[in-house]
Amino acid sequence: MNQLRVFWTFFRLGAMNELAYRVNFFTQIFQAIMSLVLALGGLAVVFNQTDSLAGWYPTELIALVGIYLLVGGLINLMIQPSMQRFMEDIRMGTLDFMILKPEDAQFLVSVRQIEIWKLIDIVMGLAVLVVALVRLGTQLGVVEAISFGIALLAGATIVYSFWMMLATCAFWFVKTENILVIFQSMYQAGRWPITIYPGWLQMMLTFLVPIAFAVTVPAQALTGRLTGQTLLLAVLVAVVLFALARWFWRYGIRFYAGASA
Amino acid sequence: MIRTLSEVYAAQLRTSLAVQFQYRASLAIWMIGRVLQPLIYLVVWTTVARARGGDVNGYGEADFAAYYIMQMVVTQATFSWIMWEYDYIIRSGQFNFKLLRPIHPIHADVADNLAYKLLTVVILIPAVFFLAWLFPPTFNPQVWSITAGVFAIVLAFLLRFTIDWTLAMCALWTSRVRAINQTYELTLIFLSGYFAPLAVMPVWIQNIANFLPFRWIIAFPIELTLGRLTPMETLLGFGMQLFWLAVAQVALSLVWRAGVKQYSAVGS
Repeated sequence: MNQLRVFWTFFRLGAMNELAYRVNFFTQIFQAIMSLVLALGGLAVVFNQTDSLAGWYPTELIALVGIYLLVGGLINLMIQPSMQRFMEDIRMGTLDFMILKPEDAQFLVSVRQIEIWKLIDIVMGLAVLVVALVRLGTQLGVVEAISFGIALLAGATIVYSFWMMLATCAFWFVKTENILVIFQSMYQAGRWPITIYPGWLQMMLTFLVPIAFAVTVPAQALTGRLTGQTLLLAVLVAVVLFALARWFWRYGIRFYAGASA
Repeated sequence: MIRTLSEVYAAQLRTSLAVQFQYRASLAIWMIGRVLQPLIYLVVWTTVARARGGDVNGYGEADFAAYYIMQMVVTQATFSWIMWEYDYIIRSGQFNFKLLRPIHPIHADVADNLAYKLLTVVILIPAVFFLAWLFPPTFNPQVWSITAGVFAIVLAFLLRFTIDWTLAMCALWTSRVRAINQTYELTLIFLSGYFAPLAVMPVWIQNIANFLPFRWIIAFPIELTLGRLTPMETLLGFGMQLFWLAVAQVALSLVWRAGVKQYSAVGS
């Protein structure tokens, strides 16, 4: 309960900070439209030449694009900015202020920086998803909807835990900004179902940088492609990674020395 | 004049090499995206080719492989980050230092860009072999087309750099150039042959592409090097490159003259 209130406070702070710069709203809308055009334009060109891509039909891939934008929006809304600030704090020694507060410090560093304009990406992703779902018509059953929800939650947890662990590395290696670049350049691969990639790349996109769980698995759930095993695996990986990230944070923070002391 | 200029280039190149070498780990990591992007497109089009029984408008699997390997090379040779850089240095007032130099700032930027390309060749070459090993390409090298291809890449670099640099000057008028940069990148992706060979693009896109400079930056050097063009098409391509380069140079000098007057330094 208290954590929800803290989250809401940070959210309001983020909103108040950004509402001072209202033109950014339009820049962000423009950026979101551009990434939408890029993704859908690519699909249009490809499906101009073929009816299905590795068994995926156009509408299903539009749904995938929706999820891609939605998850990307979630990452850019909170996970990435918070983690960047967390690493910056370790570097500058200002993490002191987080540790001193009477709330779980891992929770605090995870929700602290919220870029509210990225809500636009989330809304746009949802809109694309809804359009795709309407066009898919009656194929969506209750089972698919529920497993989609579970898969999305598991995917978000996996991405968060992954980021958290990478950011925690900053306790030892102070300069870790490049990790962001690796994630961002690999996230692009999620715009297409990862089943089309060669096996080694699929493995990398599943276990090294968990884009498969974040984007492809929820899309599979939505289009009735997901087996119970994969869903179970996603949930299992989510739980394990989350616990691992927690443990790693607790271990890492012992090495935090501050910078001012 | 030429002598001074070449001395300036040599000096700037040395400095840039030394500076950028300090960031060698970052350079390697930035290359991940540059290798992954063509790889993604290649996989997508290979899948399409297979679904259609091996051929999309004259491109088979191995042709796509060759195309995207060359796409990686040409993109790496021609791209610049200058628009993002000027966005920052103009907003923060660091542009002042560039203005103080007794020579047009574009020369330092070209040398800086070349230094980056020289350093990343070390990663680019293994990446070419890596992709070629994963996706065996068709490659029947012809001496004339490869020689001409090298010139085409040089001209493509000059053309793209001139356009990039001209657009970078937009930052002198507005502090929100990101929208411009993104529109430009999007146009480039679809109209240059970056996303896919123009032959597999819808006809209306091909028609638009004919009237714009972008296909002469990416698609032309690729197709030429791969020996897909006739001598006549090659001559036309060089002609278009030179034509657009002249246009872009004129635009650059106009924008530059107007822009510098417009600039009010921040932070003095």
